[in-house]
Amino acid sequence: MGKTIAEKILSEKSGTDARAGQIVVANVDYVMVNDVTGPIAFREYEKLNTENLHKDKLVLIPDHYVPNKDIASAEQAKEMREFASKHKIDNYFEVGRGGVCHQVMIEEGFAAPGRLIVGADSHTCTYGGINAFSTGIGSTEACAAFTTGRLWFRVPETIKVELTGEFKGYAGGKDLILKIITDIGVDGANYKAFEFHGPGIANITVSDRLTISNMAIEAGGKAGIFPCDKLTEEYIKDTAKGEWKAVEADPDATYASVLKYDLSEIVPMVAYPHLPENGRPVKDADVKIDQAYLGSCTNGRIEDMRIGAEIVKGRKVAEGVRFLVVPASQKVVRQMIDEGLMQIFLDADAFVSGPTCGACLGGYMGILASDEKAVSSTNRNFIGRMGDKNSEVYLAGPAVVAASAIAGRIVTPDELEDMS
Amino acid sequence: MSEIEGKVWRFGDNVDTDQIIPAERLVAKNLDNLNEYIFEKVRPGFAQQVGKGDIIVAGKNFGCGSSREHAPLSLIQAGVSCVVAESFARIFYRNSMNIGLLLVECKVDTEEGKTIKIDTAEGEVISGETVYNFPQYPKFISEMVRSGGLMNLVKENRL
Ligand code: SF4
Repeated sequence: MGKTIAEKILSEKSGTDARAGQIVVANVDYVMVNDVTGPIAFREYEKLNTENLHKDKLVLIPDHYVPNKDIASAEQAKEMREFASKHKIDNYFEVGRGGVCHQVMIEEGFAAPGRLIVGADSHTCTYGGINAFSTGIGSTEACAAFTTGRLWFRVPETIKVELTGEFKGYAGGKDLILKIITDIGVDGANYKAFEFHGPGIANITVSDRLTISNMAIEAGGKAGIFPCDKLTEEYIKDTAKGEWKAVEADPDATYASVLKYDLSEIVPMVAYPHLPENGRPVKDADVKIDQAYLGSCTNGRIEDMRIGAEIVKGRKVAEGVRFLVVPASQKVVRQMIDEGLMQIFLDADAFVSGPTCGACLGGYMGILASDEKAVSSTNRNFIGRMGDKNSEVYLAGPAVVAASAIAGRIVTPDELEDMS
Repeated sequence: MSEIEGKVWRFGDNVDTDQIIPAERLVAKNLDNLNEYIFEKVRPGFAQQVGKGDIIVAGKNFGCGSSREHAPLSLIQAGVSCVVAESFARIFYRNSMNIGLLLVECKVDTEEGKTIKIDTAEGEVISGETVYNFPQYPKFISEMVRSGGLMNLVKENRL
């Protein structure tokens, strides 16, 4: 009987014949922690009083509350910095050299095909976009993983997602994943992995694949895994660290269920508060906004910035609206400058900052007041996620976010053209 | 600890970790008193009302969202002895089992303020006259829980 990608990677890393439903202990390639999840892991580690530490596997990326929001977050960031220097950990990405953790994991080449990566952040599943098995874990188990190099995993059942066709107009990866979550619900893939198949994949950019995998967790998924193809190889060729090996599913692998989507039928989507499963076509939306947010590990890559810039070029952000543009990494910022995108956003009266998680999790720099509404390219619209408990977050892709910033209400870029 | 008994607090479906403990409380200086902030946005006052040994009974997908271990940790600190839910989100389930918050996956019909009993050895939740059964934990997990959590496995070189 054949295996899914998840079963193959977990078999190889555990040295067993891993099948869905079993629990295995497997060797991990990398363990990532951020400034919020790190301190619990560091304290557990110091309690162990051990010399064992898999330094090469450990990656420390402050991003949630840095640049330091306040004194408490400054102390927390310091705790990570001191842990890094005390234990001589090379893979520490100081403010100015990093950005949002998942973007950095990809840019710096820790994520690569066939790898098993865990991160104390739920969106670690992002790297499935480039054929890794990666998943979010807690802090204590991150400590267990960087101490022993191993961790326990329940081998997930897999949902096969067959994709055909090509996106039309302004629809993209974000719209597809919002559609999937809306169809199956926020627990539709709980304890399971998604595996993407079909000729449609060749028509999805790697950046969009990362967006799709990023939000696997919003359906409860453990991972969202794409095959490795020419686009993947091209995307990682200058960055992937060390050796890697693409993994594909066996044709006779067993799947829990099959979903089918024709990409040409996907339309721009917006997920209404307070769950990502509340998706509707943007054309049916009638929502006035106070803020638009373009950024995060979901849609803060250079490809997203290009989409946003093309739409706002030569236009102005609507009166009464704040448009926050937060590129996901220092590298994306540099590319925006090099490509002239910074100019376009500034000319449009957008606020552009350096990379941080900041407002995405209601941390700082863009908090919503009560009764305010935001359209956001992030991944969660839970109650109070970006600020006051009476504020509202509407999730959408980069094109809709940029167009909405100009229109002052949630629209597709096509509607913008009709207005001018 | 095979039998516990406690007062019920009712919650619905999809209780996410942002509700359990909001992002703005996730700083290292709060790590020892996260319980002061639990459910502060959605159920103000809960932190003061919840008592040692109380049991949370919820619907589907409890603990969805972020990987913050602060969520189960805050419930442990608040004295919650067990969360009974129709289903749990994956990372919350791992975190809780790793650090010692008892979870029972079971659909239980009960009301806030009532007392229920849980027998983990028998796999039973007893609410008034009704007995609900829940499945055994996988072997690896029950052994880990018996050893006192994941870090004990690490200490004993058993991971
Ligand atoms: S950008 Fe948002 S979703 Fe991504 S890691 Fe940061 S806080 Fe989490």
